[in-house]
Amino acid sequence: MIELWFAIIAFLWTGYFVLEGFDFGVGMLAPLVSRNADEQRAGLQTIGPVWDGNEVWLITAVGAMFAAFPAWYAGVFSAFYLPVTLVLVGLIVRGVGLEWRGKVTDPRWCDLGIVVGSALPAFLWGSVFADLLFNSALAAVVGGAFTLAVCALHGAVFLALKTTGPVRRRARVAALAAAGVAVPVAVAALSSLGTIPALASMAALAAATALIWRRREGWAFAATAGAIVLATLAVFMELRVRPLPGLTLAEAASGSYTLTMLTWIGLIALPFVLVYQGWTYWVFRKRVLVAG
Amino acid sequence: MDALDLARWQFGVTTVYHFLFVPLTIGLGIFVAGLQTAWHRTGKEQYLKLTKFFGKLFLINFAMGVVTGIVQEFQFGMNWSEYSIFVGDVFGAPLAMEALLAFFMESTFLGLWIFGWDRLPKRVHLATIWAAAIGSNLSAYFILAANAWMKHPVGYEVVDGRARMTDLWAVLTNSTALAQVPHVIAGSFVVAGGFVLAVCGYWLLKTRAEMWRSAARAALVMTAIAGAVVAFTGDHSAKLMYEQQPMKLAAAEGLKHDTEGAGFSVVPGIEIPKLLSFLSTYDVDAPVQGTEDLQRRFEQQFGPGDYRPDQTVVFWSFRVMIVFGMATVGLAVLALWLTRRRRPFPAWLSRAMLLALPLPLVAIIAGWLLSEIGRQPWTVAGELLTAASVSPSVSLAEVATSLAIFTILYGVLTVAEVVLLARHVRKGAEEQEPIPAAEERREPSLMY
Repeated sequence: MIELWFAIIAFLWTGYFVLEGFDFGVGMLAPLVSRNADEQRAGLQTIGPVWDGNEVWLITAVGAMFAAFPAWYAGVFSAFYLPVTLVLVGLIVRGVGLEWRGKVTDPRWCDLGIVVGSALPAFLWGSVFADLLFNSALAAVVGGAFTLAVCALHGAVFLALKTTGPVRRRARVAALAAAGVAVPVAVAALSSLGTIPALASMAALAAATALIWRRREGWAFAATAGAIVLATLAVFMELRVRPLPGLTLAEAASGSYTLTMLTWIGLIALPFVLVYQGWTYWVFRKRVLVAG
Repeated sequence: MDALDLARWQFGVTTVYHFLFVPLTIGLGIFVAGLQTAWHRTGKEQYLKLTKFFGKLFLINFAMGVVTGIVQEFQFGMNWSEYSIFVGDVFGAPLAMEALLAFFMESTFLGLWIFGWDRLPKRVHLATIWAAAIGSNLSAYFILAANAWMKHPVGYEVVDGRARMTDLWAVLTNSTALAQVPHVIAGSFVVAGGFVLAVCGYWLLKTRAEMWRSAARAALVMTAIAGAVVAFTGDHSAKLMYEQQPMKLAAAEGLKHDTEGAGFSVVPGIEIPKLLSFLSTYDVDAPVQGTEDLQRRFEQQFGPGDYRPDQTVVFWSFRVMIVFGMATVGLAVLALWLTRRRRPFPAWLSRAMLLALPLPLVAIIAGWLLSEIGRQPWTVAGELLTAASVSPSVSLAEVATSLAIFTILYGVLTVAEVVLLARHVRKGAEEQEPIPAAEERREPSLMY
């Protein structure tokens, strides 16, 4: 039961990084790939209907940690107090920026909020997890740079996949530039883990670069998503042994009654969530056109 | 000031701030869904205009509710790690259920609603706003079930210094939760109704357009019905408080010593004989425990310490809640009568309706101060003290930093939100663009 709940939490974080990964990337890159207000709006519209639902993956992952491994949840969030505070600041200004930019007369402040609020969590989550694994400042910086670069790449590929015309062209260029950073940083960040998923994640990033070059946007997106899945898997494989210094999963876990109850609820509810969230992506499957 | 004090201030500031937006999300979501249903049923354009107008205000507010809510979920672990470790087994379950069963629904379907005007069949699109609004209300249930457990813990045992859940059903059907859920949700509908009334009042002063009248009438009905539920469940809560949280009741009443046939003190010095005993039990002669006697008994039971909450805050927040809340409901009932059978809204009434925005908001916040400051010094009644709940590893400097960041950020966002809401209220509903045929329409109707 403990193993199952650890796997569910790993799954939720993975879903979060895959989905919000491109939200963060799009948020950071939208001003860069557009030359006017309409193009920028089109860029942000690619994530408009979905980003809020994607963010719930984080809320669910953290809620599941609280319920299933209270001591792990409490230990991580109190140990990384200031980084987590900054993550919250990022999520606040990004969320408000996205929701408000269409309703203010001058969206410049909102756009600043979206860029900063996307980049901050993209960097900080990587640095928190790297610090958790390696307990070193250097690792935290490298880990943060890795998630920041990968989110930028993932978002650029998503933009290329979901837009048309000049925005799509610039997104492809941005993706190639991001890949140029992400691949070497990935080597630095993941090689110290050295496990099979870590190595496979690097390979997936390299493959994504080649696929973007050949304009295979759909496959490139699958490759960047795969790279994120594999990197998250590599991290959680390490955390399974040592979720926090001086703490094991068994010590951190809730009682078997709670875990059993949560399992039933999760098994019943999660398929519905996946179906209706999947349906959202189906409804908004078409490329976003620039207005005007 | 130590880290504990600052952590409490931070929790208080961020929670009160969060709850300025939540009741509006809960009530206004249903109201907008109702407007869209009216449009769907009657085909009258005014309902579409109102849906879009209030929908926009709803979304401006919704954004704030969401982003300030994430802070709450993280804060337990960040600032209250000892609490989290103690309660996680029980308290975490409704939180996880809230995310899985309510937040996904709310956020996903709201995204579909905002961007789906031209992509979804009308009927399906209508269903998305209902799903989102029901999701909001469902989330209120789960978080209140968790909150109720802090005041009246059930369905658990303490093993090795940690609470272990033994009965999830008992946690989800906690009598305290079942009293609190309808009370808070109905209170939220009063807040949302008051908000709509204030907006309509502003417009009815300028125009006699039928649209604002019908929206105001709908909000009056909503506020009056919700107000009745608030009063009824509030009365029920007082009776539960008598049994489960005698210290809070005594503090709310300023009752120092155990008294039979206790009077209700309206303000200090003015007392209605026997009313407190009656309100607590339906028996005019029932004994009610007082703070000082309870303090003595708690010391015997739990050891030395001060088990009394801040009595000034608890006493006055109780009165503010009742007076401000019931004033709103009274205004709604009066206005319903005055505007019956197509009678117009008199100008003074429209002006008075502007007050329906701040009054219930103050009332509902006062209600939370009563509820949570009245719970002190415990985080989990009888089990865990607030002082023992705080994160031992988080320094004073860290909490001071985050408190400063959140306070400044929230302050700036408040100004922005108020300006934004005011601007959209002033713009009115007339400028809403009609919905063209699906093929030519590329932009979402409400956003970006």
